[in-house]
Amino acid sequence: MSLKPAPSAPFIVIGERTNVAGSARFKKLIAEDDYDAALTVARQQVESGANIIDVNMDDAMLDSEAAMETFLKLVATEPEIARVPIMIDSSKWSVIVAGLKCVQGKAVVNSISLKEGEEPFREKARLLKRFGAAAVVMAFDEEGQADTIERKFDICKRAYEILTQEVGLAGEDIIFDPNVFAVATGIEEHDNYAVNFIEATRLIRANLPGAHVSGGISNVSFSFRGNNVVREAMHAVFLYHAIKAGLTMGIVNAGQLEVYSEIPADLKERVEDVILNRRPDGTERLLEIAEDYRGEVKKRVADLTWRTKPVEERLAHALVKGISDYVIEDTEEARQKYERPIHVIEGPLMDGLGIVGELFGEGKMFLPQVVKSARVMKQAVGHLLPYLEAEKKAAGEAASSAKGKILMATVKGDVHDIGKNIVGVVLQCNNYEIIDLGVMVPWQDILKAAVENEVDMIGLSGLITPSLEEMATVASEMERAGMTMPLLIGGATTSKLHTAIKIAPEYSGGTIQVQDASKAVGVIGALIDAEKSAPFQAEVRKEYATLKKTYEAAQRQKKLVTISQARANRLDIDWSGYSPPEPNFVGTKVFKDYDLAELVDAIDWTPFFRTWELKGNYPEILDDNTYGSAARELMADAEEMIENILRDHWLRAHAVVGFWPAAGRGDDVVLFTDEARREELCTVHMLRQQIDKREGRANSCLGDFIAPEEAGLQDWLGGFVVTAAGDIDRRLAAFEEAGDDYSSILLKALADRFAEALAEALHGRVRRELWGYAADEALTSADIVREKYQGIRPAPGYPACPDHSEKRNLFELLDVERNIGVTLTESMAMIPPASVSGFYFSHPQAHYFGIGKIKRDQVDDYAERKGIPLDEAEHWLRPNLGY
Amino acid sequence: MAETRDLTAVAARLRAEAAKRILILDGAMGTALQAYKLDEAAFRGERFAEHGHDLKGNNDILNLTRPDVLGEIHAGYLEAGADIIETNTFNATSISQADYGTEDLAYEINLEGARLARRAVDAQNGKTPDQPRFVMGSIGPTNKTLSVSPKVSDPGFRAVSFEEVRDAYKEAARGLIDGGADFLAVETIFDTLNAKAAIVGIDELAEERGGEIPVILSMTVTDLSGRTLSGQTVEAFWYSVRHAKPLAVGLNCSFGALDLRPFVAELARLADVMIISFPNAGLPNELGEYDETPEVTAGELGQWAADGLLNIVGGCCGTTAAHISAIAEAAAKAEPRVIPESAPALRLSGLEPLTVAAQ
Repeated sequence: MSLKPAPSAPFIVIGERTNVAGSARFKKLIAEDDYDAALTVARQQVESGANIIDVNMDDAMLDSEAAMETFLKLVATEPEIARVPIMIDSSKWSVIVAGLKCVQGKAVVNSISLKEGEEPFREKARLLKRFGAAAVVMAFDEEGQADTIERKFDICKRAYEILTQEVGLAGEDIIFDPNVFAVATGIEEHDNYAVNFIEATRLIRANLPGAHVSGGISNVSFSFRGNNVVREAMHAVFLYHAIKAGLTMGIVNAGQLEVYSEIPADLKERVEDVILNRRPDGTERLLEIAEDYRGEVKKRVADLTWRTKPVEERLAHALVKGISDYVIEDTEEARQKYERPIHVIEGPLMDGLGIVGELFGEGKMFLPQVVKSARVMKQAVGHLLPYLEAEKKAAGEAASSAKGKILMATVKGDVHDIGKNIVGVVLQCNNYEIIDLGVMVPWQDILKAAVENEVDMIGLSGLITPSLEEMATVASEMERAGMTMPLLIGGATTSKLHTAIKIAPEYSGGTIQVQDASKAVGVIGALIDAEKSAPFQAEVRKEYATLKKTYEAAQRQKKLVTISQARANRLDIDWSGYSPPEPNFVGTKVFKDYDLAELVDAIDWTPFFRTWELKGNYPEILDDNTYGSAARELMADAEEMIENILRDHWLRAHAVVGFWPAAGRGDDVVLFTDEARREELCTVHMLRQQIDKREGRANSCLGDFIAPEEAGLQDWLGGFVVTAAGDIDRRLAAFEEAGDDYSSILLKALADRFAEALAEALHGRVRRELWGYAADEALTSADIVREKYQGIRPAPGYPACPDHSEKRNLFELLDVERNIGVTLTESMAMIPPASVSGFYFSHPQAHYFGIGKIKRDQVDDYAERKGIPLDEAEHWLRPNLGY
Repeated sequence: MAETRDLTAVAARLRAEAAKRILILDGAMGTALQAYKLDEAAFRGERFAEHGHDLKGNNDILNLTRPDVLGEIHAGYLEAGADIIETNTFNATSISQADYGTEDLAYEINLEGARLARRAVDAQNGKTPDQPRFVMGSIGPTNKTLSVSPKVSDPGFRAVSFEEVRDAYKEAARGLIDGGADFLAVETIFDTLNAKAAIVGIDELAEERGGEIPVILSMTVTDLSGRTLSGQTVEAFWYSVRHAKPLAVGLNCSFGALDLRPFVAELARLADVMIISFPNAGLPNELGEYDETPEVTAGELGQWAADGLLNIVGGCCGTTAAHISAIAEAAAKAEPRVIPESAPALRLSGLEPLTVAAQ
């Protein structure tokens, strides 16, 4: 196993559709002054993953300066577009200057060149420097556009020297465009154009420090205008090779990037021949098959006996089996057969889903399958929607056949939504209308949406412990607003007990904790039923009241010792004669783009199945009588997706590790800036158990595992953050657009697994190599699951150090946001959620434990040590407060 | 016009002083002026007795009508331990002065504002020549914004053009430099495009004068999301302006030190230049007054200093000489922030940053 050094930067996509020269549609919108629609084009580019948008208003019929100014001023007021940098694109200098006066961010100017000689080039570059813009420099000089490798590179080199040495522009602010020209034109001299671009790119990146390379990618396929399949294949192949040579960005249609590995083999081969100029007859050979690819690529055929049945049965089959291939045509057939489109939904589709619901209720179908069924349902309804709306318009009515409306949200400060999405899908299958507000939703938005949409109940979700308090806030605000609808509480850290003690008392409208998706259907069914609702709620209320009473009684009896008693009973580590192992470096190390393929075998699958409510241990679950077939099917889908993840880089994994000279001071750990150990870097604050332990058991505290200052030893503390969800958003957006909740949830669940596997793999490497105190360690994966190794990696926010806010320290120490792009919400949830953090302790006696309940005396002391007010400390330690 | 001073050398001297210790900037002007309870007649003085517009509240005009008051305030802050005195010119651009019908006086107000601060600083420097003090020429954000439309129904509208903003800043800058400012501070930046116009104007002025004009850039965030009024994050802001190669970059105003800290820490992590910060004295109370005590402000800022976040620190709204004195005492206990190196990378921004690593 090896962690690779960071490779070249990820490819930057420059959206090309906001260009009047390249898009007839955009040109028409600008010419007709329809700037609203023009902004939508820009927004779609950003939503499709454009990292930068290229804006070009070069057209003889337009007042280009005015159009540039108007458009950019409007963009500035649209946060969803303006969040990305602008590329101001024009061959007219006056248009570029007009654009520069409208952007507050650091923009890119496209382009300047030596076309008119050195003096105008210098002058323009000086102005760019004054405005703080980066520059695209075309490989163009007094002689014309460069087409050979040598001329491309020579012009770029000359431009680079003028810009860096005379004008004083930084090398990294220069982006060369060595001209993408069309290949396969039938003219022999053009055959090597793509190769020339690629090779010039390689030379530029190797010889002109800091400079980047970009290009207008779609030029390369110009001769195949009208055949988008071939064009996109050409773009994908060209990009694949140019990126390997060092291309850092490209102007492309952000929504339509074909994936290199998904191009059919015969097409790929012939396209590659043309792009790489591998054979003289390449163009003819590509032309031969090009016609076959006009339009859609054909799909493979499967067992189709069920296709001979009546349309109702076919729809039911597709729903139960989760097959989406024919659902549109079957839905259409049903639509023509039935009198009204709503009848298709109320008839065969609901019948089919009814079967799914029954099977799920009987335990014959499981979550992953149900989510797949929902995907099919969504597609069918999506097809009917325009007809439904047309009908509604005609009749002037609003018809809803749903059993009820449920609002769902992950609360403020939290970003975890896998469970919420699963519940949402299952409820949709059961014919509830779901209004999903997404993640990090403040209570104001929840209440407002609930009222506006007249929902029947609200479901809150959250994973990290601070979310529990936020849920209580939502409950009390609902009370204040005089609401009466039931409030459902869900998420892995929620519990009936917590709900009974902390949330239910805040709200008189009825609060019910729902353990998982399968429970949700029953609970909501009871709540929505006019007759059952009141008795059901009364029953829950009684149950919670009893829970609360019992707990409070037990609480009074549970004995906690004072903090000084607990400290006196600390773990008695004999430091004399012990010499803490020294890590191989001090400070931080970043591991970018960890090879995911190496992690696949390290994935712990049991929690993955638990996410999908398939209960049992892996691999036994695959042969389980009840869950076996669902588990195998899910596993097959997961494996297929992993292939895609690995091949097309759907996920990127990064890690940052650090070690610091450290010493125990009381319960805390003090870190020093260097081995001189004179200057303190910061203090990591730890808590101590205060449970009255029986004889011989210590009151544990993580701080005890580090040699105390008094011992006079040199010890170290480590820390890490890993993520496996780099770039996940683009893929999720694509799934979302396709209405594919199943794949979206699956990808998130797999990202979680990869993150955990990376944390585990990295810990192994820390023990054997980076810290290196267990160089000879040889463990089986079962040993690893059973934690049979020396040293621990407890995470802030988990039982041994339950204060989530200690992550802030860790994130600062490791410069996490800058190094690997993981950030924290105000509740200390990590974004992206598929991330893991923690501290490393090396001592052989270091072990995991839970802090449990603590007393006010420790919280007082802790707040003082941290320099925070008592109420803030109590906020972070809420679940642990034993008073 | 004063003879052309070598501001590059002045900047070098400032850097040398800042390497030794955390430098102290003065506190609020408005709070200090309030204590004098000046009325309309005082603002007008003899010169503007017949002016056709009320002048009370136009603090900058006092540079012309009550120079004695400004002299006292500057001296008070120097006495309290300030190393850097900011001119009383926050609203002295022609754009802001237009509210009082005094836009034609913009150059003169800036010129006199700088002279008053210069005089006070030179007097102090005469007493302690081995500890030089500096004059920072204040350039406020103006009351117009280039990135936001004042008309809800017309988002493409702007109340002012880039050229107008640039020219107004350039005129203010000329007055400040002619009056003896050591460097300029484009401060309380709520719209980065305004700041970029200022940078362009100052750069043009420097070119015309044939010498560097050192600048400090200080942004302000609107709320706890940490964005400017025009929507940029701290990091995006820094990438938008770092081409100006400022002496220092920082945050001021916004809120009190407690709430400002994460954003200063963020900037301190990113910026490869000095960090300046001058927060308010806490949050205003129900009456809109700042009542955070010097001990509280200095306690928090002392912690920032101890954590290595600061090179220059002072106070904004609500801070007094007592605050500055307490801040100076707290900051003296810590070492100045070590300026980090920034890896070469293409650093672009919209409202959010986009970094493309060099390799």
